[in-house]
Amino acid sequence: MAATEQDILEGLGKIINEITGIPASEVTPEKSFVDDLDIDSLSMVEIAVAAQDEFGVEIPDDQLKNLKTVKDVLTFIQN
Amino acid sequence: MSANRVRVVVTGLGATTPVGGDVTSTWTALLAGQSGVEALTTDWIDTVPVKFAGTAAVDPTEVLPRPEARRLDRSEQFAMVAAREAWQDAGSPEVPPERLGVVVSSGIGGINTTLTAYDTYRERGWNRLSPFTVPMLMPNGPAAWIGLDLGAQAGVHATVSACASGAEAIGHAMDMIRVGRADVVVAGGTEAAIHGLNIAAFAAARAMSTRNDDPAGASRPWDRGRDGFVLGEGAGIVVLESEEHARARGARIYAYCSGVGYSADAHHITQPEPDGRGIIMAMTQALTDAGVTGHDVKHVNAHATSTPAGDVGEVQAVAKAIGTHPLVTSTKSMTGHLLGGAGGIESVFTIKALQERIVPATINIDDLDDGIEVDVVHGKNRTLPDGDVAAVNNSFGFGGHNVTVVFKGA
Repeated sequence: MAATEQDILEGLGKIINEITGIPASEVTPEKSFVDDLDIDSLSMVEIAVAAQDEFGVEIPDDQLKNLKTVKDVLTFIQN
Repeated sequence: MSANRVRVVVTGLGATTPVGGDVTSTWTALLAGQSGVEALTTDWIDTVPVKFAGTAAVDPTEVLPRPEARRLDRSEQFAMVAAREAWQDAGSPEVPPERLGVVVSSGIGGINTTLTAYDTYRERGWNRLSPFTVPMLMPNGPAAWIGLDLGAQAGVHATVSACASGAEAIGHAMDMIRVGRADVVVAGGTEAAIHGLNIAAFAAARAMSTRNDDPAGASRPWDRGRDGFVLGEGAGIVVLESEEHARARGARIYAYCSGVGYSADAHHITQPEPDGRGIIMAMTQALTDAGVTGHDVKHVNAHATSTPAGDVGEVQAVAKAIGTHPLVTSTKSMTGHLLGGAGGIESVFTIKALQERIVPATINIDDLDDGIEVDVVHGKNRTLPDGDVAAVNNSFGFGGHNVTVVFKGA
């Protein structure tokens, strides 16, 4: 049942591409949403809403603000 | 009018309509007498008595980048497509941001967003809503997005007067330039209201055609068999500019935007005033404002929506306010009625008619109704004379709002 980190990364890449237009290939674990991908806070909310639907994981607002990198999201979803 | 008043010109046109995705394809379709009205196949169609509409010929999501489209209501998508076309058509004028304005309206606003977001909220909870839900449903959204896109700082406005909204926007844009608040203003109207609730609500007002066996023949202004309006969607946008600014940059000038008249019927919330006092007042004021006489006006793009009550009353008012000589047409016979978008696209059509000196015929007139003294163009397109010619776009809205805009050939 549990998706692999690679599955989640691919799913997240698709979501980020859909919302921001950033190529999915640029969505790699070490990237910072703000500093590297230039994603603003409202776009992060859009990504969180889509990720909740895709992966069935609730991401509360107080957790969302701690998710600074792609790796942070991968870890959050896996746990 | 004072002789030294700022004169306003039209330097750019943009449109996306049920008959074409841009001005050129739309105008070509109108001159060919093509209807953009077709049967609908949506999942709610069995719940409404009207089963057809003028759906946009080109879906805006095919034109806009996906990340942008998903943040825009459909009415905003149409507005962005048409505004970008108009801006490019105007040669992307270089203008300081504080001298650039936007006045773009819709009659209803982001109604598709309002309704789908309400479903999401009820079925899945508040935290499944897009953070862009509010800017998608607010009626000033189309104007605001265009303003952001162009960096306009002189003022971004959305005038709301139901089906007169688009024409009122162009009037206010002209006034912004005349009073010196801006040198360039992007103006027009947009609407995306093909949804079961809207059709049900207009049908409840007994305002819509139910000619389900002949969608393309349903919008038939002035025909004896007309039975109501046909809903359309899309946007029409113009770039207005002070003549001085346009001439200084060597811009192509389509026409002068030379006058506007506004009035209110103060009669009934939806029914037209039977003597046409309000619309006569709007037309008379517009002519005075433009400094033209009825004799100068050779063409009227009428509001005429194909309703039993409105069409004949309007042209009887035209006969009184302007005369029986103008070539009168209703392009709604082909596009359907774009509500707040109507004044936008129909101003574009009025300007094209002046530029090319041709008036597209109203289609579907098999049996012209009684009581019509003006020259309704039907059967074939008609030419306009050379020289100084003025033309009028009428737009009227629920609430008793009347707007007439006057354009003069360049």
